[in-house]
Amino acid sequence: MQLEGYPEKQVRITGIGQSKVGRPSDRSALQLTLDACLEAIEDAGLSVDDIDGLTCHFGKVAEGGGISPVGTVETMLALGIRPVWTNPSSAEGPGHMGAIFQAVMAVATGLCRHVLVFRTVGQATARLASRASTLLTGSRDRVDGGNAFFVPFHAHSPVNMWALYAQAYFDKYGVGPEQLGWIAVNGRRMAAHNPNAIYREPITLDDYLSARMISSPLRLYDCDSHIDGSTALIISHKDAAKDLRNTPLAVEAMGMSIGGIGEGFHEGDFTSIPATRAGEMLWKRTDFTPKDVDCAQIYDGFSIHIPLWLEAVGLCAPGEAVRFIEDGTRVALDGELPLNTSGGQLSAGRFHGYGHTHEACVQLWGRGGGRQVKDAQSCVVVNGGYGYGAMLLRRD
Amino acid sequence: MTEPAPPRGPVGIEPPARKLPLLTPETEFFWTAGKDARLLIQRCTDCGRYQHPPLSLCPVCRTQTMEASPVSGRGAVKTFTVNHQQWLPGLNQQFIFAAVELAEQPELYVFSNVLAPPETVRIGLPVQVCFEHQEDVWLPLFRPEENADAA
Repeated sequence: MQLEGYPEKQVRITGIGQSKVGRPSDRSALQLTLDACLEAIEDAGLSVDDIDGLTCHFGKVAEGGGISPVGTVETMLALGIRPVWTNPSSAEGPGHMGAIFQAVMAVATGLCRHVLVFRTVGQATARLASRASTLLTGSRDRVDGGNAFFVPFHAHSPVNMWALYAQAYFDKYGVGPEQLGWIAVNGRRMAAHNPNAIYREPITLDDYLSARMISSPLRLYDCDSHIDGSTALIISHKDAAKDLRNTPLAVEAMGMSIGGIGEGFHEGDFTSIPATRAGEMLWKRTDFTPKDVDCAQIYDGFSIHIPLWLEAVGLCAPGEAVRFIEDGTRVALDGELPLNTSGGQLSAGRFHGYGHTHEACVQLWGRGGGRQVKDAQSCVVVNGGYGYGAMLLRRD
Repeated sequence: MTEPAPPRGPVGIEPPARKLPLLTPETEFFWTAGKDARLLIQRCTDCGRYQHPPLSLCPVCRTQTMEASPVSGRGAVKTFTVNHQQWLPGLNQQFIFAAVELAEQPELYVFSNVLAPPETVRIGLPVQVCFEHQEDVWLPLFRPEENADAA
């Protein structure tokens, strides 16, 4: 049938790797990248020379406050490979997952057979040099582009934008911090079983409520934490995945879209994000339905991303996601929809989207240990806050 | 003639702390209209639709028939946040960052500060524009509309 012709149906995920997390790390950004890449190659049962495609999100950004300190060229040189295809994704694309989508398309179109995809962040180290390096403020005398509509009003951080959504969502649906706070509590509960999480001590709802306000109604534990670290995965052609070490993981469907608050422009009432289009695309490309999902790894730069995304990707009805999360039982390991089993970015650290995809694979390969979802066969993973990407992964 | 200076102290931001926008051919009118004490928003002369930020092409008509058009400067707080975190040295007072929905058109938003005590701000609060002049920029800020509660 027609679905079989889609590019994502031609590929499998065959290996993953992740560096040790640091805040800051004692290893360089390039070393962290190589740690993750070599682990992913080894995990797949491949040799370095098997890698014929290389990409990352989103190329080297030398003065970017550690947002992307390592690109494909130096990684290629350090690994001693000559890939036939390289193409880092753009910051203007469908979010963090853009590099994964490009790898899928490169493999599906026959350009290469094994693509190494990585994402490296060095934001913890960058902040040591300049506290402002990770803000929207910029280093020039004047602020240009979309940020010109925020920074002059002292909205120096993305938290100021996402707080607008949280306040509007609370007002429209009659919920508040007593409900939203369960996201942070759940994340710590999960992270306690993730040896590579940056924060592993459990917190209570009282801890959440008594933590300092950052930008109302968002508090300290609503915000993710800058780290140094790298994540890598291997996208292989399905025919080249059969005899490798791991059970191949299928990309059952993918979806992508772009839009939202980042450019000073906004549509809607601040209680939903245009990731709905990515969600609609995702479910049109598969016979699976949201009811078939065993667990979910949902982007959480800020806690409010999670309910917005759960509703956008159809895992909760509009206005119901925060109530779904309240009290933590339905999103627990033995709940209806185990959520962010690594701890997410709030507790595991800001691996910037790729921690979520890594964790989806951990669950589907049954490697979760104390955080393993029983018999996990499928997982939804989503990334992004302006460009949006979504995948449904399953055991093949 | 310019608007009177907005209130300072616990609800305002001291002028030296603001980082100003780069003026571009598309945006200069928006950032400088306050020198005449008015707010200009780009509008399509064919269909009448307002567009902000300015983009040179009407997204409905797809024609380059946009012009800077004066608006009332009145609107309502669509959503807001009270910022507590000190992002930069000197930025040590709480302030309100808000999406103001202008009266002229649904979902026509201007992001700005609302100059009011944090505990008095709510979604739906009627506001009116005022301007803060620095260098070649007149930043549009908002304050509660006078006598709004009686309306």
